Amino acid sequence: MKDLKLRRYHAPVWSEPVIMTMGQKGERGIRVPGVDEEIANRVGQARSLIPDGMRRKEQPRLPELSQPHVLRHYLRLSQQTLGMETGIDISEGTCTMKYSPKVNEQIARSPQVLEVHPLQDEETIQGILEIVYRFDQLLQEISGMDGFSFQPGGGSHATYTNACVFRKYHDLRGELEQRREIITTVFSHPCNAATAATAGFDVITLMPDENGYPDLEALKAVVSERTAGLMMTNPEDTGIYNPRIDEFVRTVHDAGGLCFYDQANANGILGIARAREAGFDACHFNLHKTFSSPHGCEGPACGAYGVRGELTALLPVPVVTFDGEKYHLDDHRSRSIGKIRSFLGNLQCVVKAYAWTMSMGAEGLVQVAETSVLNNNYLEKMLLEIKGVTKPYAEGKTRLDQVRYSLEKLKNETGIGTVEVQRRMVDFGIQSYWMSHHPWIVPEPFTPEPCETYSKEDCEYWAAVIRQACEEAYANPDTIVNAPHHQTVARMRSIEDVDDPEKWAMTWRAFQRKSKHHKSDGSRQR
Amino acid sequence: MKKKPFIHPYIPNSAPAIREAMLRRIGVRDVEALFVEIPERLRFRGTMKLPAPIVSEYELRRHVEQILGKNRTCREYLNFRGAGCWQHYVPAVVDEVVNRSEFLTAYCGASYSDLGKYQTRFEFYSQMGELLNMDVVTEPIYDWGTAAGYAIRMAARMTGRNEVLLPRVIDPERLSVIKNLCQPPTMASHIAVRHMDCDRQTGCLDLEDLKAKISSKTAAVYVENPSYLGLIEDQGDEIGNIAHEKGALFIVGVDPISLGVLKPPADYGADIACGDVQPLGTHMQCGGSLSGFMAFRDEEIYVAECPLMMYSIVETENEGEFAFAEVLAERTSYGLRDKGKDWVGTASGLWTIGAAVYLALMGPQGMREVGEVIIQKCHYAMHLLSELKGVKIVFSGSPFKEFVVNFDESGRSVSDINKALLEHGIFGGKDITQEFPAYGQSAMYCVTEIHTKEDIQRLVSALKEVLP
Repeated sequence: MKDLKLRRYHAPVWSEPVIMTMGQKGERGIRVPGVDEEIANRVGQARSLIPDGMRRKEQPRLPELSQPHVLRHYLRLSQQTLGMETGIDISEGTCTMKYSPKVNEQIARSPQVLEVHPLQDEETIQGILEIVYRFDQLLQEISGMDGFSFQPGGGSHATYTNACVFRKYHDLRGELEQRREIITTVFSHPCNAATAATAGFDVITLMPDENGYPDLEALKAVVSERTAGLMMTNPEDTGIYNPRIDEFVRTVHDAGGLCFYDQANANGILGIARAREAGFDACHFNLHKTFSSPHGCEGPACGAYGVRGELTALLPVPVVTFDGEKYHLDDHRSRSIGKIRSFLGNLQCVVKAYAWTMSMGAEGLVQVAETSVLNNNYLEKMLLEIKGVTKPYAEGKTRLDQVRYSLEKLKNETGIGTVEVQRRMVDFGIQSYWMSHHPWIVPEPFTPEPCETYSKEDCEYWAAVIRQACEEAYANPDTIVNAPHHQTVARMRSIEDVDDPEKWAMTWRAFQRKSKHHKSDGSRQR
Repeated sequence: MKKKPFIHPYIPNSAPAIREAMLRRIGVRDVEALFVEIPERLRFRGTMKLPAPIVSEYELRRHVEQILGKNRTCREYLNFRGAGCWQHYVPAVVDEVVNRSEFLTAYCGASYSDLGKYQTRFEFYSQMGELLNMDVVTEPIYDWGTAAGYAIRMAARMTGRNEVLLPRVIDPERLSVIKNLCQPPTMASHIAVRHMDCDRQTGCLDLEDLKAKISSKTAAVYVENPSYLGLIEDQGDEIGNIAHEKGALFIVGVDPISLGVLKPPADYGADIACGDVQPLGTHMQCGGSLSGFMAFRDEEIYVAECPLMMYSIVETENEGEFAFAEVLAERTSYGLRDKGKDWVGTASGLWTIGAAVYLALMGPQGMREVGEVIIQKCHYAMHLLSELKGVKIVFSGSPFKEFVVNFDESGRSVSDINKALLEHGIFGGKDITQEFPAYGQSAMYCVTEIHTKEDIQRLVSALKEVLP
């Protein structure tokens, strides 16, 4: 390891006011197209075309700013956002913060993608339909499934789609009244439990065994003729691969249930292990994670949802088909669950994911998996040498693409835990880490994921930051308790206010109404 | 077996020497040893049958662009299709901001490291709050249909009732999304969807039918403004009163770009407003720019029952400085899994950033003007089309940006007409004959601020040629 120096980072501080307080009356940020005189003469004033009682009386109190000032404001706010590309975003585990190739962004910004209406005639959207069809074929090979839908607009939306497909399957077989239970594991993403519940199922959540593995005996104890299906991840958020996953699947199949593999994050097993070999009926991939489409401040995203065999008939409509010459949208599918979103989905994400996959090929995808697992194990080596960091569960077993670590020891010995470390680490120019989904089974958790985008040196820097924070916890706790020190703003005051209906303020107007002591000095910063 | 190294520009640790150094440090001989936990029977040992990689950026671009080149665009063609995804002008500054690397690639970093994202989001909520005249605006979800479905589910939880009234004239795609969220009748928590008729003449809601169907089982009355077929619903006050008298919530789906000129739903009694952000500064992207929003009154029960995340402005230790933090985080599916409110997840965040920039650029005057221009152009197109032989405007009510044209008397089907218009470089109105057979051979035309007088006249001339 090279001698690593921590960066003297400081986030930009623009002291940028909230836009609602900016600008001057009468300024314009953009002018809209006018109305030709002939049109105005023909139809009269707009007011006269709006039914009485439906005319807006008071103009919305939107800010009034000139164009350069709007731009300046949002450029400053963008600078006050670390994002993924400027930092070392190993931090957001389970999210696979990989590089989103710029060429794919440029391609997706062509008019052939941007300026296309989803209801155009089929013959005028052959290009995008071909991308959808081809990418479907690629994912079929990568997963072993028989057909994909790109309608889900996120990973949770894909698990919801799955719950709808399971519901439809049992409904078509006349067993829905009886099959009301979906089984998941506590280390699977919470959306599996939540979307199954939203679809109307009762949810059974399996706790891990003493080694952190999903508990097969616990599954056998709950599986029955009431089981609609299983929805789970593997490896789970802990990075532990469940080697008996096929037995889980078999157990549920034997009881007449279906099995869904949450592969939101499949980065560590691309080309290594597939949903098909483990026997799953359905799976999904997050194109904004494993397949490089950017995260976009939480979307647009795509949870590509795939199924096997007879379940393909249940996929959301329309499905893209190919007759050997032309691509078509097939809307007439009587067994389909219908729609879970309008139109075809976030196809710009599919374009980017297609381009990324084509740049990789089979060999590249395996390289991605191998590198992310290599990086993870390399990072683990360094992190476990830091006093205060431990890795609960599955001792002696190799983790795949991520690890859920614990700072319980640090907390016990210094009083400083994962929340404080998270607040400190950003002072060194890296993104705040993902701790854990709830509940926190692993105490004082944090979950980094050093996917293939990150170099050996990036991993070393990331580990050095955690080391610094942990050392401070022992030697100089004030520094960490009062962190962050190098951020755009100081620490939040009275954070508990956000749970108080008298004090929370989700809009500026609510804030103005509620803050009795708010000073309205009229000064408008530029 | 020694593999030839595959050095990929997106993978820094591709080079063999680095990999070996890392393996040494880990203490294993090769990468394969790191997959030891995956039993042989679960390993995929074949080679995925994928096309050979296109590793040069230039060739990759050529390959993808060649496929996409088969698309025809609304720049080359004159487009009159809307129906849930509308062609509005996207200001250059909006594109500039949403394509900033920081916004494009951020995800869910905590309050401090991604502060600018949270402030921009807060400015989205704040400006939408002004437009909607409501104090709480939530994080976005996938699309209008999901936002409406969530609002209906909230209403069912808040009232303890299991029926919802929707207009019969509703986008079938949106209806399907809502129905999936309301679950099939066999499920215990099923919400029954009942439809209210629309007046054949005006296209607006039939209040008598609403009165006949509302009951003590009704959790919510949901209407849209403008309606799916484009009409401004002017009976909001009455609908709201009827709903409230029966103890039901009044939910209104609304097109936000209309709100510079149209009264916001809160002003005629709506308890929850929802809709799509898409008209506010996004390109159509073949439907990839949908983003559902939700807003409601600042009351604890609404916040507690809403599945979507919300963020509050919070003061920092420096006087006059702000940060942003999540409200009642515990209640969401992240906090409570299946016991939380529905679910929440990655959806369409970037488009709220675009909408924040859009609204800041437009300001009150811009929003008023764009609403006025749209409504005038829409009426102009309607006037001109109504003069064509064999063409009828179906509803007498007032449209905002969409109106329904009937071609029955022309003897030609919408499908034929649209095919012929395509030859003229025009995407004619959406064919609604399958969706609403009662209206015969009808199409829904969409006209916005982007259409010029000449565009509209070109449509008219083309139709003159196309129609017998």
